[in-house]
Amino acid sequence: MKYIDEFRDAEILRDWGRKISLIKVSKSINLMEVCGTHTVSIHRFGLHKLLPENVKHISGPGCPVCVTPNRYIDEAIELSKMEDITIVTFGDMVRVPGSRSSLEKEKAEGADIKVVYSPLDSLKIAEETEKKVIFLAVGFETTAPTIAATVAEARKRNIRNFFILPGNKTMPNAMRSLLKDRDIKIDGFLLPGHVTTITGFREYEFIPRDFGVACAVSGFEPADIMLAFNSLINQIKTESPKVENVYQRSVKRDGNPYAKVYIERVFEPINSEWRGLGEIEHSGLGLKDEFKSFDIRNAVKIDIPEPFEHPGCRCGDVLKGKINPSDCPLFGDPCTPDNPIGPCMVSSEGSCSAYYKYG
Amino acid sequence: MCLGIPMKVIEKDGEKAFCDLGGSKREISLKLMPEVEVGDYVIVHAGFAIQKLDEEEAEETLKMLKEVNYI
Repeated sequence: MKYIDEFRDAEILRDWGRKISLIKVSKSINLMEVCGTHTVSIHRFGLHKLLPENVKHISGPGCPVCVTPNRYIDEAIELSKMEDITIVTFGDMVRVPGSRSSLEKEKAEGADIKVVYSPLDSLKIAEETEKKVIFLAVGFETTAPTIAATVAEARKRNIRNFFILPGNKTMPNAMRSLLKDRDIKIDGFLLPGHVTTITGFREYEFIPRDFGVACAVSGFEPADIMLAFNSLINQIKTESPKVENVYQRSVKRDGNPYAKVYIERVFEPINSEWRGLGEIEHSGLGLKDEFKSFDIRNAVKIDIPEPFEHPGCRCGDVLKGKINPSDCPLFGDPCTPDNPIGPCMVSSEGSCSAYYKYG
Repeated sequence: MCLGIPMKVIEKDGEKAFCDLGGSKREISLKLMPEVEVGDYVIVHAGFAIQKLDEEEAEETLKMLKEVNYI
């Protein structure tokens, strides 16, 4: 397909693979990506294996399902058990275990859970039922405007049985929190190409300015990622950190103004809990007062027991890039994609799943 | 989850459009990117066009990729 195949051209990949592997680097370098779609692309195409010996690729908190804390998943599960409720969600959320169950298990027990491709599909579902239809609003800035536009549309069409369970997250302050963590050494960030398609890359200029860390905005095809790796290594070698945009066909400095207006109209920044990273100031999106009637937490009382993590699961440390998935004692035995214990193995975009499937 | 696929717009009808995806026809919303015309390529995420693909920039990037040097 056009604009995909050209960026997977075998000759380009071979030449750039050679170029990157030949770069001489005198110190050890850690390059972190913070997008699950990057994680999958890098492992699927084996791009991390092309990096020079002392350059390491690490995955950060870029899988939205993985960073969603158990409290949120437990709330969704509790809602799914109620009589007059239909849960609508992206497919990734269904198998993720909460503290005591998963949506998949509840569905098998009879819960009404529907998987959709677009949040707008949940409005069609709501118009055809008397039940409360709740969309599980997870995802980063790429997904947030699609949910904001859906909420705005529900208000316009006066659909009163449509709600969301707010859980969207925003990336910049999570990255700031990683940069302040002295246990994690990050020399360069591969910036998420579709998050920045919405927000613009201006939001990330604090990283080279305040932390001296290199940044490259990257697309998702293998050639895009190689360009970004090349940019990061050169910035680090020449000690000239900046935000270089190598995904110009989609990303502009100020992003997509229409999408940003939707986010600002419907949502406001709130503090948010991330699995592994804890609570981070202004790293989540809550509904603004005028849209609060769409927040299911205001319409239904959700009582859940105190959430807990599976003992032994190191997903939190994997999400911070502190350990490799294979360093977790559960990795591969018993935790596998067929028998996942933690969210990083469940989600197809989780680091553990990508390591397990592609190496 | 942030997957975005380039698709060509083949019909436009107000806030909606239809795109070609490898021979199949997909309905998408233009709420987040109203300024597109038939024939444009858009990046589609979760059923919404989130950006018009800048074809000139795409060509520039490909040109740079093809002119690899080892310096």
